[in-house]
Amino acid sequence: MNVRIIPRLDIKGPNLVKGIHLEGLRVLGKPEAFARYYYENGADELFFQDTVASLYDRNSLHDIITLTAREIFIPLTVGGGLRTIQDIRDVLRAGADKVSINTAAIKNPAFIREAALKFGSSTIVVAIEAIRQQNGEYLAYTDNGREHTGIEVLSWARQVEELGAGEIVITSVDREGTGLGFDVELTRMVAEQVGIPVIAHGGASSPEDIARAVTAGKADAVAVSSILHYDYITHQQHAGNYEKEGNTSFLTSGRGFNKIKPCTLQDIRGKLISEKIPTRSTI
Amino acid sequence: MKKKVVIVDYQLGNLFSVKQALLNVGLDVVISSQADDINDADAVVLPGVGAFADAMSNLAKMGLVDPLKNYIAGGKPFMGICLGLQLLFTNSEEFGDSKGLDIIPGTVKKFKPSPEFPVLKVPQISWNQIGKPEGRSWDDSPLGESKEGEYMYFVHSYYVEPQDHKVALTETTYGDVKYVSSILKKNIFACQFHPEKSAEEGLKIYKRWALNNQLI
Repeated sequence: MNVRIIPRLDIKGPNLVKGIHLEGLRVLGKPEAFARYYYENGADELFFQDTVASLYDRNSLHDIITLTAREIFIPLTVGGGLRTIQDIRDVLRAGADKVSINTAAIKNPAFIREAALKFGSSTIVVAIEAIRQQNGEYLAYTDNGREHTGIEVLSWARQVEELGAGEIVITSVDREGTGLGFDVELTRMVAEQVGIPVIAHGGASSPEDIARAVTAGKADAVAVSSILHYDYITHQQHAGNYEKEGNTSFLTSGRGFNKIKPCTLQDIRGKLISEKIPTRSTI
Repeated sequence: MKKKVVIVDYQLGNLFSVKQALLNVGLDVVISSQADDINDADAVVLPGVGAFADAMSNLAKMGLVDPLKNYIAGGKPFMGICLGLQLLFTNSEEFGDSKGLDIIPGTVKKFKPSPEFPVLKVPQISWNQIGKPEGRSWDDSPLGESKEGEYMYFVHSYYVEPQDHKVALTETTYGDVKYVSSILKKNIFACQFHPEKSAEEGLKIYKRWALNNQLI
């Protein structure tokens, strides 16, 4: 399967944000602008996550999705706060192609089956937020890694597949936003457990990391945010038209991404191709 | 006056992106579940994501099977996407055997791992390449401006196998299965991939389809 590169946009209110371990969010700018830029630079899909939806029990991305879907013709996955069949229907109607569910699936696994039957398996992505325990076991969490569930990740991944999910996005909460690289072991274990595609997420700091998530981690796709966002911001600043609405002082201070090597989608694509990893390329 | 394109809504799958793509190339779009709208349409698009059997049962419940067959037999432009391609076939091996619209003789089969590809992931959710079957030109088709080997976005667990290979417009390989990924037969163009999700290269296909059929 050709590996997909999926920019992930974490959104809070009207803003694109980025945190570390899914927490401590900083505003980076307007999600529509980032989405457009990634589309024009060859993103395979986009993933929009409402980062505060869980707190309010609702997804508030409808307007952003509709704006984006009117002019961006690649698949859009939307996650965050989707609790009911009606919630899913609403974001699909707003222009999403797929939905990502986590909390609602863990609280009621039958919800996966119901949603898959209603909208087709390929529309239902289940997000698993994994935290490594001291004994080496991985447990699933919800609410950006805050809520402990006690559910073991690998058996949950198998169950999710049986219930009809079309894809799994596996987040290493330990690595997310840190730039320490993907948790390749976690990704590989999940990818080998299931027959559906697995998207690796959390920790990418360079194109090399992404290639490793595919070769050693057996990922079918990668969700990437910091390295692309920071590169985009840097470009915008150099271009002199960056809107100073976000708290970006951490970028110039160097604290924000000392381990993260900002790069473009083309850099990532080039790395995959040079490693002979099958991926969509220009012909 | 703009031509009227009807997207058939049989409550399976997301119609938003198909609508946006058609609007983008300058067409007027109506989303409808009404037989009358299909009869009166200048062109019909049948999208769809989900299960074959559910789709056929929805079409039957909504009284759309005969209107669709009659419309297609009438020779006006028709586009099928994803499940909308598969439904044109005689039957699908999903859940034993499900009957389709039987407009294109052939069957719909499931991807299976093979000795060479023991870990084939299903569904295929990926950008994949479309190629020309031997001796097939794309010049007269909606792919008139597409390049051999172009990448398109695919999401599917089943693929079509037409009895008459002459209807094949593109071929794609997944695992060790080389399958027909789009067909062209008279007024029928149908594709397994999603041109509305395949960026600018996909929009070209909508545009060419509309131009070839004098819809714009």
